Order: sequence, then C-alpha cells, then structure tokens
Amino acid sequence: MISLAGRDILHGWGKYVFTGMGLGLLIGVTLSMAGIYRGMVDDAAVLLDNSGADLWVVQQDTLGPYAEPSSLYDDLYRGILTLPGVAQAANVTYLTMQVRPAGDAARERRAMVVGVVPGGFGEPGQPRFLVAGRRLTRGHYEAVADLSTGFRLGEQVRIRRHLYRVVGLTRRNVSSGGDPMVFIPLKDAQEAQFLKDNDAIIQQRHRTAVNPLFNRPGQPEVLEAVLAAQTQSTSVNAVLVRLDAGADPDRVAADIRRWKRLGVYTRAEMNEILQAKLIATSARQIFMFLVILSLVSAAIVAFIIYTLTLGKIREIAILKLIGTRNRTIAAMILQQAIGLGLIGFVVGKTAATFWAPVFPKYVLLLPSDAARGLLVVVLICALASLFAIRTALRVDPAEAIGG
Amino acid sequence: MADVESTPGEGIHIEGLRKRYGRGETAVDALKGADIAVAAGEVVGLVGPSGSGKSTLLKCLGAVTEPSGGRMTLGGRVIYDEGWRIPDLRALRRDRIGFVFQAPHLIPFLNVTDNVALLPMLAGHANADARARARELLEALDVGHRAQAMPSQLSGGEQQRVAIARALVSRPPVILADEPTAPLDSERALGVIGILNRMAREYRTAVIVVTHDEKIIPTFERIYHIRDGRTHEELGEGRMST
Repeated sequence: MISLAGRDILHGWGKYVFTGMGLGLLIGVTLSMAGIYRGMVDDAAVLLDNSGADLWVVQQDTLGPYAEPSSLYDDLYRGILTLPGVAQAANVTYLTMQVRPAGDAARERRAMVVGVVPGGFGEPGQPRFLVAGRRLTRGHYEAVADLSTGFRLGEQVRIRRHLYRVVGLTRRNVSSGGDPMVFIPLKDAQEAQFLKDNDAIIQQRHRTAVNPLFNRPGQPEVLEAVLAAQTQSTSVNAVLVRLDAGADPDRVAADIRRWKRLGVYTRAEMNEILQAKLIATSARQIFMFLVILSLVSAAIVAFIIYTLTLGKIREIAILKLIGTRNRTIAAMILQQAIGLGLIGFVVGKTAATFWAPVFPKYVLLLPSDAARGLLVVVLICALASLFAIRTALRVDPAEAIGG
Repeated sequence: MADVESTPGEGIHIEGLRKRYGRGETAVDALKGADIAVAAGEVVGLVGPSGSGKSTLLKCLGAVTEPSGGRMTLGGRVIYDEGWRIPDLRALRRDRIGFVFQAPHLIPFLNVTDNVALLPMLAGHANADARARARELLEALDVGHRAQAMPSQLSGGEQQRVAIARALVSRPPVILADEPTAPLDSERALGVIGILNRMAREYRTAVIVVTHDEKIIPTFERIYHIRDGRTHEELGEGRMST
C-alpha cells in the first residue's frame, strides 16, 4: 500500500515544509526555554562545584551566602580549622555589582565580585582552573575574571573606587543568577563591600566625635579606637570548608553548629537552597511559559492539520466512497500531523542549537530534554490531529456523488 | 483479497426500492418503488428531472445510502432485502461498484497510475500487481502514455478516461456513472460513452449512466426514467449498441 500521507506531502511539499519550519521556530523557542531552565540549574551546580567546598558556614539563621545576606567575623575560620574532619577553611565574600573596564563605561557589566584569600588551585573559593594568565598572588588590586565578562588579560577594571588589573581569565564561573564572577583579593573585597564614600566617612566621624560616650574628656584614644573600628571591615559572607577524605559532612556540620554557634549547610542542603528557593520562582515562571508554548504549539498544529484536512474533504469523500477504510484515512492525517511535528522538531532543535550561544545567560540543551521534547511534540501532534481525524471520519461518502 | 466474493457478469437488479427521509409528518418518500435491471455488459441511461429521486437512487445503488425497503442484487449477490443488508458496505463499494463522476475527482496527489491502482492496493493487492493492472487499463483507454502524469497535467477528456479506468480496475459487476459527459463537448462526450460501452462489453460490467445530456441519451438501448420516486423503462435509440 502506498503512503497517502507521504504522497500528499510530496505533492504540496513547499507549503508543508514552510509550515513545519514556522512550527519549528516555535518548538525552538520551547526548547530554548527548557535550555534556559537547565542553564539556571547548571549555573547553580557550577557555583557549588567551583566553590570547592564541602560545607558552607554562614551567619546563624540565614540561608547565606547565595540566597540571603550573611555576615561572619573573618577570624572564625581559625576555630573551624581545629575541628575534627576539617581539612581546609577559607573566608569568602560575594558581592554582585557593576564592573567596568577603566575608561570604557560602555563595556560595563554586571558581575559577582568574589573576595578570596590569594592561594592555589583547589583551595576553597579559588577558581578551579584558568584559561589564560595566572592566579591571584598579591594581596591587593589583582583580579581573575570569567571570560564572559569580556574583560581582557592585562586590562584594568574599576570596582568601586579602585582599579584592579586582570591577571587571569577563567571560564564557567558564574553566580546562580548567571552573572560572571570576578575574583579579587579578600581584603579588597571586604573593603569594597563595606566601603563608604568620603563624605559619609567625614559625617560618621563627626557623629562619633560628638557622642560623649566615645569622645570622653581626657581619653582621646577611645575616639581613635572607635573611628578605626568603624573604618575597618572584619566581616566575610561565609567560610568555605573542605573536609578530610572520609569525613562525614553531617557530623562536621553538627559540630560547627554546636560549638561555633553558626549556620552550616552541606552540599546537598546548599543545592536544595539554590534550586528550591533561589531559582524556584524563575523555574516556575519558565515552566508556565513552557506550558503556554506547548498549548500554543498544539493549537497551531491542530489548526494547520484541520485546515489541511478541510482542503481535502472532497478527496476524503471520494476515498471513502471507493472503499478506503477509516483507519487508512485517519492514519493519513495522523502521519501528516506527526510529519509536521518531526519537521518542526528538526528545525526547532537546529535553531535552538544555533541561537543558544547568543543568549546572554547560559542555555544548556540536554539530549535527554531533546528526546523528551521530541516525544511531547509527537504526542501533541497526535492529539492535535484528532479533531481533523474526527472531521474527516464524519465526511459522508455521498458528498462525492453530490445531489 | 476481496471482502466480498466476486461473481462477475450478472449485472444489477433492484425491485421496489424505497427510501424515506425523516419520520412522521415530516417524512419524505424520495423513492417509492424503483425497479431496474441491467445485465452484465449492458449500458443503460437513467434520466429524470431535479427532485425526481435520481440522486437518492444513485446513492442507494452505490451503497452509500441504505434504502428503507426493497431488494437489490449485485453480481448475483443480495445486497439489500427489505431491511436486511450485507454487513460491509465499504468493502462492497471497493470491490463491486465502480464510480465515474461528472468531474473526474482524481486524487490530486497521486499520479495517474496510482490513482487507478489505489483501489486494488486498498483491497490488499501487491503494489506491483495493482500498478500492472492499472497500466493495462490505461493502455486500453488510450491514456497509457500519461501513466506518470499528475491529474492536473491532464486534459478534461484524459482525466475522465483515467476516472473510467479507476472505476473498472476492480472488475466490478456494476459501474455507476453520474453525469460523466456533462463538462465535455459532443465529440468527447460520445467518446466517453463509446469507451463505457466498449468496457462494459469487454469486462462484462453493467453500466448505469445518470445523465441530462441530450447528446448521449440517444446512444442508450434502454433508458430508465425516474419521476416522483418511481422508475419507468423505455427503449432508446441505442445507436452505440452492436
């Protein structure tokens, strides 16, 4: 038996293929939306991977450092290092802000500035690898930037009032929001995080000086000490902890909570915070969009197939009159609908693959999502064809005779 | 693999065929007792004014509409008998009735050969066999040279000959031709009737031609007139008959 659907498609292939391409662009958008969601999840996973930590120690009763602000004294890490099972502990600060190359405001971009203690690869908080340049070695005014910032090696970038020379470039170091990271020395980051402008410092000094508690007659050193304390920052956002091999993260976390009175999250808990709290709303937003796109696609396929079927009512009546089985006619319409979906899927997948790198944030197109997408497309096309099939099967063969 | 066992060559017979549309006071009797008998190899005309029941009769003969009463035999097999009917009318239409329409109504996305070969393919014959049978018929109808053409590439006369080939390809006991010459000029119209006569004799098929066409009415040996749902037989001039 010849394929009636195939012959019909070949007969009007131009219209069919162009319709499939139009549908394909819609499917491409749908796949891209799924890719954006996957990209967000992957960004969160990469953020945790790149931190190199097994435990995140944060301010008590906060979900810091990524989901909520957290502030710790920068000397707490020493006490944590003494606990059994802890191999390494390092302070870290995170601050999302606008960073721009010196003298080139047009290339300003949003970045997560990460303050780390200059050290070697593999230490908590450090970028895991570089694609160019070197790691941070000095205590001040050096930066390692993610490639997606667009900053170049040797270029100077401005963070708050200071200039930092880009000495290294890394890749896929991004925040959970997809902002690229710029690593700078911890001391500079602490200063940048809490730095006030000169006018504010003068006003603060004046306020402190007129406070009789701090400016006592005959005790000028009290005021000096208070002023010094006010201009120094001794806070960090978190302490990243690397455990000894074989150490139980939950047990070490429990020890830190009990003895240091701090909040601690294991990798699994931090993953949960990022996915269930930080990106949950965005994920739901994208899911809603996916549902709407799927419904729109289904409606479009149904409309196209219905219109194509209406255009063949006479032929269908003749086919029925000459004894074609209902299932042959239904199969013809179903095959055309699925064919349309397959063309659309190929076009959509190709389009999504080509335009994914153009998106400002990471779009991760997983083969498993593509396979699921193909299945959904086929299912939607099959369901969408039901209306047209119903119409075709209700055609009276007598219509071919007329009268 | 025909669903209906074929016993060709015995024509079509209807006795007292009735068809009522609707119920109660609004019921309309479109056929009030039609009688037709067409022998194998014979071509008869069926004429009648609009509203006479011609289309209803054609639909009943074509197993598209079920009659309310009466009896019909096709190729020696009872199709309807006072409320009873054979179970599979679709297979009956496929295997035992050929249709030729006013417009050829060829499937636009199949080429000429496949338009003709479709019926045997639907009946389960191998594609090669079906196409061979189609080509044989197309040759017999002088359109063999257009076997690979698409319907849109044919002239009106060629399309009608392909339609006749399609109607004949299953070697049905009866062909119902509904105004087959209406869009054609006299020469082509007579040509089509000539072909139907030739094929009827060759394939031992009974042919009923529904027509208003004054050009071809004189070619029938017998003509059935239908008026107010009843048929009346008349002898025609039969200029085409042997």
